[in-house]
Amino acid sequence: MRKLGLACLLAALCMGGGLGGASARADDFSGLASPQFDDVSASITALAANGSAQADAALQALETHHLFSGADGALFIRAGEVCQNARTGEATTCPEEGLKPVRVNNRIRKALAGVQAVRELSAQQPAERIKAAETFYARHDAAFLPALDRALSSEKIPAVREKLMQAHAATVLAQPPAEGAQAARLKAVGFLADVGGLEARGLLAGVAANVGEAPEVRHAAQSAVSRIDWHLRIWSVLQNAFYGLSYGSVLLLAATGLAITFGVMGVINMAHGEMMMIGAYVTWLVQQGIQMTVPALEPFALLIAIPAAFVVCGGLGVVIERCLIRFLYGRPLETLLATWGLSLVLQQVTRSLFGPTNIAVQTPAWLSGSLALGGLDITLNRLAILVFAGLVLGGLMLVLRRTPLGLQMRAVTQNRRMAALMGIRTPKVDALAFGLGAGLAGLAGVAVSQIDNVSPNLGQSYIIDSFMVVVFGGVGNLWGTLAAAMALGMGGKVLEPTIGAVSAKIAILVLVIAYIQRHPRGMFPVRGRGIES
Amino acid sequence: MNAFSCQSARSFKSVIWTAGLVLLAAIVLAVASLLPESSPLHASAFVVSLAGKYLAYAMLALSVDLVWGFAGILTLGHAAFFGLGGYAMGMYLMREIGARGAYGDANLPDFMVFLSWKSLPWYWCGTDHFAWAMMLVLVVPALLAGVFGWLAFRSRVSGVYLSIITQALTYALMLAFFQNGFGFGGNNGLTDFKDILGADLHAPATRAALLVATGIALAASLLAARFIVGSRFGNLLVAVRDSENRTRFLGYRPDQVKLLVWIFSAMLAAVGGALYVTQVGIINPGEFAPANSIESVIWVAVGGRGTLSGAVLGAILVNFGKTLFTAWLPEFWLYGLGLLFICTTLFLPNGIMGLWRPTRKNDPEDITPEVSAPEGEHP
Repeated sequence: MRKLGLACLLAALCMGGGLGGASARADDFSGLASPQFDDVSASITALAANGSAQADAALQALETHHLFSGADGALFIRAGEVCQNARTGEATTCPEEGLKPVRVNNRIRKALAGVQAVRELSAQQPAERIKAAETFYARHDAAFLPALDRALSSEKIPAVREKLMQAHAATVLAQPPAEGAQAARLKAVGFLADVGGLEARGLLAGVAANVGEAPEVRHAAQSAVSRIDWHLRIWSVLQNAFYGLSYGSVLLLAATGLAITFGVMGVINMAHGEMMMIGAYVTWLVQQGIQMTVPALEPFALLIAIPAAFVVCGGLGVVIERCLIRFLYGRPLETLLATWGLSLVLQQVTRSLFGPTNIAVQTPAWLSGSLALGGLDITLNRLAILVFAGLVLGGLMLVLRRTPLGLQMRAVTQNRRMAALMGIRTPKVDALAFGLGAGLAGLAGVAVSQIDNVSPNLGQSYIIDSFMVVVFGGVGNLWGTLAAAMALGMGGKVLEPTIGAVSAKIAILVLVIAYIQRHPRGMFPVRGRGIES
Repeated sequence: MNAFSCQSARSFKSVIWTAGLVLLAAIVLAVASLLPESSPLHASAFVVSLAGKYLAYAMLALSVDLVWGFAGILTLGHAAFFGLGGYAMGMYLMREIGARGAYGDANLPDFMVFLSWKSLPWYWCGTDHFAWAMMLVLVVPALLAGVFGWLAFRSRVSGVYLSIITQALTYALMLAFFQNGFGFGGNNGLTDFKDILGADLHAPATRAALLVATGIALAASLLAARFIVGSRFGNLLVAVRDSENRTRFLGYRPDQVKLLVWIFSAMLAAVGGALYVTQVGIINPGEFAPANSIESVIWVAVGGRGTLSGAVLGAILVNFGKTLFTAWLPEFWLYGLGLLFICTTLFLPNGIMGLWRPTRKNDPEDITPEVSAPEGEHP
């Protein structure tokens, strides 16, 4: 049985390879000495089937570039100055001249890899057998069919069996249709349809397009292709949804701080984007500092940067409020101009200090890489930002709902004059609210430093989107901000594949502008009895 | 009302003076540029086009002042109308190049040949006629402003919300014009113009004529704006600015009042943009950048909001400063501009024009009453 299978393997490879003139001395080794790659490849297959110790040694030597051919078809395995006859395994002296290395090209490497995979099929470790099965699945070379059959007949572990059946099905389908093979092919089509993925789709589409195929097989393949397409489409929608969520969470981080200051003080802080930028630079500074002082803490630099960025930006926010904003009370539009001026100054300061080019903020090892979830590819840093945004939102809710400061801020948001009459020191609340907003921007900066270029212009690229989120969501309601951020993030990413990134952005802007016309106070306006200005 | 009539009487005089000065300066510079180069009074082509640029910017500032100073609409997107006017003029100038472009196509502008387009998009039709292009300069921005303003004012979008969506408007336009498929030359915009109405754009005489034309347009706009704010309609505008709800309760329609001045202002900005393109020689999507719109607001704030002449003064002064700064200390221009924003809002709420007449608190004649917070609302 074993001999028969190997003979088939050999025969199939000879047909596939188009072996031209076989050498006169037709033993399994002779092809290796030939200058023709066809002969070498055929010989490799033959040696694999041979299975003797010498054959294995010769193949290994070929792989490691230790196999040499001498005059008259002699083959030597040479290690340094010592030679060994490849056919017999006897140690001999190396010939003085005429010793040429057996050349290896991609085809030979592929043939060797196939031999390797055949060998792995009988490996002890199931993981190695699965790997071999995956190689066959990707190669779906008819030559390996007998080896697969053999492996299938002896395999006990279900997971490995599953992989082997897939490889088998793919290999069966890759062969040209033959008489009486219909049932097997139909089964293979059904199998591949369940496997799914681009590889299976390609094979099935080939079958469906092949006129030589039996009609029912073609039909089955066709429906399998559409089924796989459907699955792929669902996965790609899910993938886009994840991108949308991820972008939405970045927007959420960027916009919450803006929403707080806008809600409490009725002021749009145009320097908010620059606070994010400063947060990102603080991240970089913390990383550099830790690298220089305590390298052991390096993986945690990002975690240390989070409170650092919050404190630095929050402090800066309080200073800005005390030195600038408080002189402009009652003039929200002029505050907007002043903070814009401030943003220009902050950008230029950063440019002077750190240079106009991007700085390299590192991503810690535990945030690199990605997670495969079905057909989804989830990068860890985006996932972390999603979680981080959730935590920040939750923390902010707690602060607003459960602390005296939160109570005072909500009171001032709802009715400033009344709050002042109740003894709340509104200037203090203003300063702290502005500081909190700026601190949140700093947190957003830490997050953004992981997925975007960090340069003095960082803030500019987020500010308009954040504004959109705030006006879309409505003021004084964090749920509104959440809903708006996710709606804008998802909306953009869902539209992107069909109309392109820039058009999607334009469409979103136009939609928001149109929405504001219908709902001038956003999705979740604060309801009150006063006439709105 | 009495207070207001005092104010308008005051601005009558200064606006007429400003209009006269602008016109005089434009004519003097134009004549100086035509003098032989050996003459000590000769003005170089650079100076002439720079002056033309300042005057075009002054038109933009004037249009911003009309809506911000008199109707209380802080627009952060007026560069959108300026840019649209510029593009409409640019289309005409592009068509004037004809077969003299790098690809020598008599019908298609170079960038379309480059994109291997076969025929002109429909919206380019008729742009080879000057009159049609001038109509586009006025009508397209007016239409956009009309639709946008009608929707916004009718649903009472105001204050910061309105500012933000005007900014979104110009940002969306910028993104759109950056796209090659949009049919306006993408990133590079429209440039490499040869002549206007058959006259060589690079000839001193043409440049001088364009400068004078810009001066005339600015002076006329000043007078028109003065006429508007001095009229009964102007009174209504200020009423809307100071208390929209009270005006509404008196039986007026603030949305219509705002819409009218908004559209007029957009057209002024567009004319400024059209004149700007002829003298600067290029229009690209960068003109739509939100930063440009915000900068034009600061010109008005520096000069003095709600004074008309202040807008012109501010635009010219700030841009002159920018020219000097970027030539001598390029890194410091952003510091300068940023501090200008901060200091003007903090220390010069009435701008330079306010210096002439220091305003006291509760001065009934305060020329720039704040957009007052309505009763019971937070500031």
